[in-house]
Amino acid sequence: MTGKIPIAKTYKLFIDGAFPRSESGRTFSVNNPEGELIANVSQASRKDFREAVRAARAAQLSWASRTAYNRGQILYRVAEMLESRKTEFVELLKSIGANSRSATREVEDSIQRWVWYAGWSDKYSQILGSVNPVSGPYFNFTVPEPTGVVGIIAPTEPSMLGLISRLVPAIVSGNTVVVVSEGESSLASVTIGEVLATSDVPAGVVNILTGDQTDLLPWMVGHLDVNAVDISGISHETDLTLIEEAASNVKRVISRQVNEESLELISDFLEMKTVWHPIGR
Amino acid sequence: MPTSTITFRETGSSIKVTPVDEVSLEARAASLATRSIKTTSKRAALHLAIRCMDLTTLEGADTPEKVASLCQKAKRPDPSNHDVPSVAAVCIYPEMVHHAVEGTEGSNVKVASVAGAFPSGLSTIEARTADIADAVKRGADEIDIVLNRSAFLSGDEQRAFEEIVASKDACGEAHLKVILEVGELGSYDKIRQASMLAMAAGADFIKTSTGKIPQASSLPRVLCMAEAVRDFAQQTNISVGIKAAGGIRTAKQAWHYLVVIGETLGTEWLSPEMFRIGASSLLNDVLLQLNRLDSGSYSGPDYVTVD
Repeated sequence: MTGKIPIAKTYKLFIDGAFPRSESGRTFSVNNPEGELIANVSQASRKDFREAVRAARAAQLSWASRTAYNRGQILYRVAEMLESRKTEFVELLKSIGANSRSATREVEDSIQRWVWYAGWSDKYSQILGSVNPVSGPYFNFTVPEPTGVVGIIAPTEPSMLGLISRLVPAIVSGNTVVVVSEGESSLASVTIGEVLATSDVPAGVVNILTGDQTDLLPWMVGHLDVNAVDISGISHETDLTLIEEAASNVKRVISRQVNEESLELISDFLEMKTVWHPIGR
Repeated sequence: MPTSTITFRETGSSIKVTPVDEVSLEARAASLATRSIKTTSKRAALHLAIRCMDLTTLEGADTPEKVASLCQKAKRPDPSNHDVPSVAAVCIYPEMVHHAVEGTEGSNVKVASVAGAFPSGLSTIEARTADIADAVKRGADEIDIVLNRSAFLSGDEQRAFEEIVASKDACGEAHLKVILEVGELGSYDKIRQASMLAMAAGADFIKTSTGKIPQASSLPRVLCMAEAVRDFAQQTNISVGIKAAGGIRTAKQAWHYLVVIGETLGTEWLSPEMFRIGASSLLNDVLLQLNRLDSGSYSGPDYVTVD
């Protein structure tokens, strides 16, 4: 036999550490700038979203109760895995239209950013927490705790760096996330899911859905078991009255520049707990 | 396994026990599990699941207070919604029976007590019947005993049979549920044989599991028992109830069981008199699904009680 059979990758969802197809059976196609088909990608339904939230909730407590040091190690390990798959990511970004230089640059920046946040794991609470002077015989501390389950509408551009910029600051403090990616950026998202599946991140900590963000947004903001939503990646045409439903369980609604890197992004998904402790004699 | 016979206690007539076709049984159970329930029927299915539920706590750490709060939840599963019915029964250890009787007073919620050296069943038959009689005296309406698997599996079916007969006599007016512990029986043939044996010995209900071993209730196992109940009813004209217990945690699983029972035994069995689901964490998931139907958005565990 001559010639090789082309083996194209099936892009599936990433829920609870596994790669299921959408329960709806739907897919959408991603084309390159020349209009040629690159891949058919699973289109997540609201039920897939529900399952993802269930997985994220189940994983949250044990992820948050790991030591900060251990979470840092695990995230650093992800950066190592990303590093070893650098060429794959560069090729992927090129296939959806980036030139060689900008693709390489984006992948390198993504890995650097991942490491930068991983390093914050055992440091942010010293910076953001405090010991407060009070007028009584008490120690008074303020300590940051993770918000819980975070829904992220991933930015479509830049597809790899955008997702990583939103994802890592949320999980570093012990939140678990459900990401919804759309269009061609889905390819990078699913591939990041594959990296996570082969690193030490516990199942359910990161769940990645691909599909129609506008379709899934109402289910995300309406879900009573989601504690915060990051809508930084939302498209400009989206009807913002959809977000009002977030008030039903007082969700945090966060919107940032897609390409930021700062400690504040970690504090977006933190709740401050203040403890009064009597001073003994 | 060849066809065998068991003698029915009431009439002395013999009952045929035919072998089970394992492949088609599992295929049938799997196909029934794909049945979708339309939104309009969902509420009725969820209410039925609650009405058929035996809300259970069988922990060594049970306290009178825990039983009291279980009873409150059994009577009014959702305090904010009057439409949600109360459950069928609370299921507890004999030591807790009088607390449960107190807690359910003035309601339709029955008190079911496990008895007879639950969960192994391995103490003398005298001790077990005394335990049963004591639970009944304290006010239990229903008694859940275990089949003596040790006798049954070592080929002494006669002893297993006679022990159920003795337990039934010790129950008096109370309903007797016989737990087969299907996960320990090893095959569908054995499950069918044990079902027939328990029914022939006078069980009012046959029940899947204790919930104390990882291998518990499953859809094919319950289908196997339901077919035994159906065949027993055909041969004797006596309708025996079924209780599925162990590992049933989601509303979806619960209505799969309702579908299996309804399709195998008919709607006559879809009532708390003939069908029960024994569970501890299922109720919260059913309440969450009801919330979802009412509000239109997905709910979460923050909105139900911590048990």
